[in-house]
Amino acid sequence: MSQYWVLIGILIVVAGFALRLNPMIVVTVAAIITGLVAGMDLVEVISTFGKAFNDNRIIAIIWIVLPVIGLLERYGLQQRAASLIGGIRNATTGRLLILYLVYRQITAAVGLHSTAGHAQTVRPLVAPMALAAAEKQGGELDEATADKVKSYAAATDNVGLFFGEDIFFAIGSIVLIQQILATYDYNLAPLELAIWAIPSAIIAFLIHGSRLLLLDRSLGKKRS
Amino acid sequence: MITIEWLFVLLGLMFAAFSLLSAFDASHPKRFGNAAFWGLMAISLLAGSHLGDFINGLLVLGLAGLAGFGMIGRGDPATTSREERQYWSDRLGNKLFLPALIIPATALIGTLLYSYTPVKDSGLFEAKRETYILLGLGVLIALATIFAWLRPPAVAPLQEGRRLIDAIGWAAVLPQMLAALGVLFAAAGVGTVIGDLTRSVIPEGSIFITTAVFALGMALFTMIMGNAFAAFPVMVAAIGVPLLIQHYNGNPAVIGAIGMLAGFCGTLMTPMAANFNIVPAALLELKDRNGVIKAQIGTALPLLLANLLLIYFLAF
Repeated sequence: MSQYWVLIGILIVVAGFALRLNPMIVVTVAAIITGLVAGMDLVEVISTFGKAFNDNRIIAIIWIVLPVIGLLERYGLQQRAASLIGGIRNATTGRLLILYLVYRQITAAVGLHSTAGHAQTVRPLVAPMALAAAEKQGGELDEATADKVKSYAAATDNVGLFFGEDIFFAIGSIVLIQQILATYDYNLAPLELAIWAIPSAIIAFLIHGSRLLLLDRSLGKKRS
Repeated sequence: MITIEWLFVLLGLMFAAFSLLSAFDASHPKRFGNAAFWGLMAISLLAGSHLGDFINGLLVLGLAGLAGFGMIGRGDPATTSREERQYWSDRLGNKLFLPALIIPATALIGTLLYSYTPVKDSGLFEAKRETYILLGLGVLIALATIFAWLRPPAVAPLQEGRRLIDAIGWAAVLPQMLAALGVLFAAAGVGTVIGDLTRSVIPEGSIFITTAVFALGMALFTMIMGNAFAAFPVMVAAIGVPLLIQHYNGNPAVIGAIGMLAGFCGTLMTPMAANFNIVPAALLELKDRNGVIKAQIGTALPLLLANLLLIYFLAF
């Protein structure tokens, strides 16, 4: 039974998120208790936590784009993105996001996954364009509908990234699969793995693309 | 050689500026909390490599404490009004997109030029970090372009950047915290326990049920860890290799590649994958912190089923 004690961290995280406590505290408490249960002393736990945080600083790199995005917003970038879409007669939210899905999957599949993202493209360009298209379809948007459109814009970025990037053979996840399997003496070339990401990529496009067309339908209904 | 550390310094200076501007912002309801929070981020980025693990750990506790006890908030740095923005948008037209496109274009063209020409051998950039470094370069070029073209006040990029980072708040740091939590889970052996538990639910003799437990296990454990990379070694060790590959003679390439993608379906459904799911909710200023996840579940569940079936039909 005693080996199950290390799962207490998972319990803390699940309960903390469910109770909507501040995630920063929940994560910290879960980390410290998990470390203590595993037999580390407090200094060791804090050191391990600090080292891991420091080793993962690359995650914060993306915030480097904020001054540029903020500056362009100051000069009306979001308004411009909206006007551009407003001028295209047949533009709809769903079609626009399908186009972005294709763009994101293809650029990710050739290894250019860091060139788009929530900070670089979704907030300044894709989300305002999607909102402008939605207004053309359904008139003035209430807050819930606007939030839904923005959520779909972010979701489309994620789906495109996740189900495009593994087609690129030099991405971290492919390298990880290769290395793990190699420890069991299955030596595969990255390319042999990457081709098996293609069927899922196509199915992901079909499923998410259909949902985007359904989103169009629900936006269009609001007008009538 | 230009390393990622250069970019950490640039980023650290930016956070240091956010910290100072917060401290001097008399209208900010929580100016000193924000100054301390972004200041700690600046210290981590500027000096993290030299502080030692324990000091870095205390720094993280400081960040968590400031965020957790409500000591940070949103500032209201001076920016343009909605009307002014519409005016500039009409006046500048579509040229306004160009500076925004400089960043992805620099990263994209630069990466291609660097990776597929002899420049790669020059060792100009740290290996595998070239896209990040070029992203940073793109930011500097974009800033220079905007200044040459529109001549904004000198402090404007930092104030506008602070406006955005304050809107994101602690969610900007959460992904790094979760990555660190994953390391502690791994050190404590959470993966082994989960692997044993998962294997214990599989009945002998059914390839389909074994495949299903593998694919669903990847998704579920990814949801717990927030990262398919953490789930993959565990599920491969518990089920993938001993059962699917060795016992049932499945194709290792299919099981590895599509197994990982089953995990990615889990990533779409968990707040633990904060940089994909919680950060955009903050960036887009959604009311519901889980709004992005809710938009993704309808794609993730059928896609998980599809990946399960793909493994079953392609690997055996």
